[in-house]
Amino acid sequence: MMAPLAGQVVNLFAAVLLLIAFAMLSQRRIVALINLFALQGAALVGSTATVAFATGQKHLYYSAAITLVLKVLILPWLLHRLIRRLNVKWDIETLINIPTMMLVGILLVIFAFNLALPISEFSQSIARGTLGIALACVLLSFLMMITRSKAVPQVIGFLSMENGLFFAATSATYGMPMVVELGIALDVLVGMVILGVFLFQIREQFDSLDIHHLEKLRED
Amino acid sequence: METLLALLVIPLLGGLSLWALGEHERAPEANSLFSLATLVASLFLTGQVISEGPVMGVYEQFSVDPLNVFLVTLTAFVAFTTSLFSRPYMRTERDKGRMTPGRLRLYHSMYQVFTFTMLLALTTNNMGILWVAMEAATLATVLLVSVYRTAASLEAAWKYFILCGVGIAQALFGTILLYFAAERVLGAEGNALLWTHLDGVKAQLEPAIMKLAFVFLLVGYGTKVGLVPLHNWLPDAHAEGPTPISAVLSGLLLNVALYSIIRCKVLADGALDSRFAGNMMMGFGLLSVVVAAFFLSRQRDIKRMFAYSSIEHMGLMTFAFGMGGPIANFAGLLHMTVHSLVKSAIFFAVGHAAQKAGTQLMDDIRGLLKTNPTIGWGLLIGTFAIVGMPPFGVFASEFLILTTAMREHPWATPFLLVALGVGFAAIFGRVQPMVFGDSRLPRLAHQPALTPVFVHLGLGLLLGLYIPPYLAAWYAQAAKLIG
Repeated sequence: MMAPLAGQVVNLFAAVLLLIAFAMLSQRRIVALINLFALQGAALVGSTATVAFATGQKHLYYSAAITLVLKVLILPWLLHRLIRRLNVKWDIETLINIPTMMLVGILLVIFAFNLALPISEFSQSIARGTLGIALACVLLSFLMMITRSKAVPQVIGFLSMENGLFFAATSATYGMPMVVELGIALDVLVGMVILGVFLFQIREQFDSLDIHHLEKLRED
Repeated sequence: METLLALLVIPLLGGLSLWALGEHERAPEANSLFSLATLVASLFLTGQVISEGPVMGVYEQFSVDPLNVFLVTLTAFVAFTTSLFSRPYMRTERDKGRMTPGRLRLYHSMYQVFTFTMLLALTTNNMGILWVAMEAATLATVLLVSVYRTAASLEAAWKYFILCGVGIAQALFGTILLYFAAERVLGAEGNALLWTHLDGVKAQLEPAIMKLAFVFLLVGYGTKVGLVPLHNWLPDAHAEGPTPISAVLSGLLLNVALYSIIRCKVLADGALDSRFAGNMMMGFGLLSVVVAAFFLSRQRDIKRMFAYSSIEHMGLMTFAFGMGGPIANFAGLLHMTVHSLVKSAIFFAVGHAAQKAGTQLMDDIRGLLKTNPTIGWGLLIGTFAIVGMPPFGVFASEFLILTTAMREHPWATPFLLVALGVGFAAIFGRVQPMVFGDSRLPRLAHQPALTPVFVHLGLGLLLGLYIPPYLAAWYAQAAKLIG
């Protein structure tokens, strides 16, 4: 009785995750983008905790807790602090062709589902149907990184790609071994701190966070 | 077991204490000392593996077998010699005002942390920790690439960070799939990602999952190897960072990334029952060799040119491991060793030459033999070695790879020969006027460290003429392990 309901709830969270990935793709305000990222983290916590509750996998509670602390609290807080100090809080990016991007996004989702379908059949996890969604989230974040021209949205795309990967780990299996998950969390945190330092260096040098300044090195 | 821990603890401790120490006149020597201690630990570990066989430690989380122990020694050795080279190099940079005390502190501390991540990636038995270590290696070096804070170096570091980050994210997805396949056989527990356990059950891993997993792992770690078309970060990061960092990127990081792919290939081969993994590697490898060779001739920056040469050689190794079999694997391992030694030696010589000329543009570097004969000879001999002239080791391994390719995959041979020929002409044509000719450049203020250059080249020469029997046995054992 428990498992089907839990499966439904996980599917719901997965749908929310995918929706947020699309919302991020079309969001132009940096502040809103950070909030969406925090929301995505929250959905991830919800789905991980549901799987943990339904299957009684103890270590999934820990990884849900790590996600909560890292991706819902610390990283958004760091990002908010960063954009305040960089003074880009109210920046609006001009995105061209949002409808086209949405269409490309839909194609990516179809591709991801096709790729994941034969594999997810092997899974015994209650969330096996969601592997396709996880891969779709990864690809959508990738698309977002390619289409953005400002540094901070690129970073958020990078972090949201990591969210998608984490979701893949909980949906295909019941999460990675604890030691690996801790290592990944540490890498993400350190990476974020280094990126913060780095963004200040870029700003100092170019007086802007536009990536177009970073396209001088080419083959001639 | 204790030696294994010492090997990892020493560089980590070194990184922390060099950071705590702050900038100090003797910091470069302390850096070398830590690297020397790491090298000693690696030699003890090697002795242990030779006499007692594979070493496991900490609930099987670490494992050292013939394949990685030789890379551990090589890594520790190149890290030590590079730290020797970086002493006068960094002092000169400081005098020029390009390195401030704060930057030097960051540099020395991160140098040790980088060594730590490389050794962790090599010795860990856990495929997840391998991923964590590879990502940590990027994080440790990204601020070093941008250490000069010029526009070009910031761009290079940003590219390095984003491209390697995205690449390594693919590898994480591959690792997740690998765990997914393993969990069905080994059960959901911490041991399902341990390579030795996976190796034992590789025939039972689900082929459909392993196929997809290997593609993601190859693309992910392949980004770090610098395989075309994922190589964009590599020439920039090599050219814009300090030269000791170029030397360790080429000499260590690329090797370790390729090592990760080899580990994954062993598992994929066992599961797949086809040559899928090998063919993918051969394709990427061949493309890298050919594309890099043609880019070589268009370079004007000396460090960029040798970075493309690294892509070419990494492609050749990937191709060799893709062919598989005892001879090709043997040649691949030998090539890994000699390429590491020779390429880092070249970067040492290039670093001093560029410092002397005050530029990295090859058109402005002239007459090295006249003003600084040792740098000139180092660069000239290094170039001879890297383009594959006999009797250097690169010739021996390239010869083995080519003859195996002729026998097993004759279609690939013309591509390889043309690419190697083009590479030869491009590099040699560029280096020759830099070495000969006239120049009135001033001498360097700090005595350049050229011993490492000649030690590396001497070893490269030795490996071309004579491979000691225990080393040959060791390579053969490792080659058999790869299959």
